[in-house]
Amino acid sequence: MAHPNLNYLRPGSLPHMYCPGCGVGQILNCLIYAVKELDLDMNKVVTIGGVGCTSRIPAYFNTDAIHGIHGRNLAFATGVKLANPELSVLVIMGDGDCAAIGGNHLIQAARRNLDVTVIVNNNMNYGMTGGQVSPTTPTGATTTTTSRGNIEKPFDLCKLVEAAGGTFISRWTTAHIPQLINSIKRGIMHRGFSFIEVVAQCPTQFGRYALGLRDPVENLRWLRENSVTKTQAEKMSEEELRGKIIVGDFVEKDEPTLVEQYEVILKKAQLIQR
Amino acid sequence: MAGIKTSSDFEFMLGNHAIAEGAIAAGCRFFAGYPITPANEISERMSERLPEVGGKFIQMEDELGSIYAIIGASLAGVKAMTATASAGYNYMQEGIEFAVATETPIVIVDVMRIRGAEQPTHADIMQVRWGAAGDHEMIVLAPSSVQELFDFTIEAFNLSEKYRNPVVVLSEMTISLMREKIRIPHPEEITIVNRKHPTVPPEKFFPFEAEEDGVPPMARFGEGYRVLYTINPHDKRGMITGDLEIYEKLYQRIIEKIIRNLDDIVKFKEYFIEDADIAIVTYGSEARAALEAVRMARAEGIKAGLLKLITVWPFHDALIRSLAERVKKIIVPEINIGKYYREVQRACEGITKVVSLPINRGRMHSPKEILSKIRSEM
Ligand code: SF4
Repeated sequence: MAHPNLNYLRPGSLPHMYCPGCGVGQILNCLIYAVKELDLDMNKVVTIGGVGCTSRIPAYFNTDAIHGIHGRNLAFATGVKLANPELSVLVIMGDGDCAAIGGNHLIQAARRNLDVTVIVNNNMNYGMTGGQVSPTTPTGATTTTTSRGNIEKPFDLCKLVEAAGGTFISRWTTAHIPQLINSIKRGIMHRGFSFIEVVAQCPTQFGRYALGLRDPVENLRWLRENSVTKTQAEKMSEEELRGKIIVGDFVEKDEPTLVEQYEVILKKAQLIQR
Repeated sequence: MAGIKTSSDFEFMLGNHAIAEGAIAAGCRFFAGYPITPANEISERMSERLPEVGGKFIQMEDELGSIYAIIGASLAGVKAMTATASAGYNYMQEGIEFAVATETPIVIVDVMRIRGAEQPTHADIMQVRWGAAGDHEMIVLAPSSVQELFDFTIEAFNLSEKYRNPVVVLSEMTISLMREKIRIPHPEEITIVNRKHPTVPPEKFFPFEAEEDGVPPMARFGEGYRVLYTINPHDKRGMITGDLEIYEKLYQRIIEKIIRNLDDIVKFKEYFIEDADIAIVTYGSEARAALEAVRMARAEGIKAGLLKLITVWPFHDALIRSLAERVKKIIVPEINIGKYYREVQRACEGITKVVSLPINRGRMHSPKEILSKIRSEM
């Protein structure tokens, strides 16, 4: 008997390219559970990825899709959503796509409250290219381009997106599967810019070079042990929070979306015309 | 001013506005752009006019944002355009590679200008041909007048829809910022071409399997065809592949769909060519000065002629060669260091002599300058 979720994968796309124990597979699995539980019309979903391990998800997830341009995911998404607001647009990317090369598109799309759902796999390094430092690599971490330790500070992506104007913001790790599925569902249903950060293991690169942990289970344990919920975090000092991953649903606001605002412009233009 | 401009009256119009009106007449309903002189009047006009016809405008955060937004809109089934000027076109090259590889119809306007000095140039003539990674053919139309800006913008949309390839309207600062009398045709006079749509259900559809004309039909996002558009090498199903034989065949087809249809794509105008001894080959604003120079030469009894290329790319070797066989000499005037000349010379190798007439100081040739070159080459 075929796996009940197999029809969510593009026919002929397996086997996938991921390393054993990689977090990307879990994220794809959570995404499938989310759209399945929402009973989303998969013919009306567009999935947009860029370049990297995570950004390859659109090649497996069976929807209309765009793949292969590093960092421009949200620029594509802007055109797709404005051209046909009926489509549910999912943007799937890694921390390189999202926070480095595509950083400007990220904050501008959040500022516009573009009605799309962004899922970012933050594995704290560039996995596909060999484990280089990224804008979310922790200070001090050893990567293939910071052999003497990372001297830069990492982005707090959720705070960045909140400051830019995102209206639904969550962070979980791949050690928080039910919470993650729930937040993806809420993000998809939310009107406006939804941003879900998933801190995930890349055992092959970040695990090996930065954590000294090659076993995926050890990596997951590290994620779980270093996570604190936002309620716990409220009671902790800055010192206690150093190096911790704060997880939870942070923002949920009701604000007009870009498409809704443009509808007003369309009405104005057509009234004047008559 | 309401809806698509339909008056058949003559109007006095700014070049950049004629591009915007041509786009709307062609069915363009999405525009994304980023401010840059001398292309701004195109964005401004589109922001005003698109909502009147139910279309959408957005000013993006940069040129990369603009080109990918129009690609996204086109994949969702809406005809889309962006406009920029030379330096801004640099950034768009990345998106052009994607549009070529995924066969997404888009129109890009490049209003050529010298960086830092807002003066005319033809310096982008090679950038618009070669400026993108990967293998590609480009379709580039070069207008000489405000009327042609309107007409060629419609033609650009039609060609991009028909061949599923990006098409560039290569304008120039001089023409874009000039006001001239133009005639807006009735809608029934305007030919509109739309991309082919699949005639089979999703389970029988191969999104990158070409029909006889070399072009595959294209489904819109949201219709259930669930197509993956990737820049990576992909097979006829659209699936990513590392098979280099499939890669080679894919790009062979993408190139051949243009090359096999040169006679349909390449448009030109001939003036006094029939009995000419010496011919001018040029494009854009230079064609105006050249035509005047040819008339002056004729008045002096010199048998000069002009081949004005409307489609500057793809390059039609056979067209240029057949001209070379009929004339003793060809002169190529351009506002740059003499770039297109090399292409003409390559096509005429061993048939006739080709002479470059470049001017690269921010202005076009005067007819007299071209005339004196004709005289000295006779
Ligand atoms: S390199 Fe890292 S992110 Fe990429 S597939 Fe392997 S484990 Fe996953």
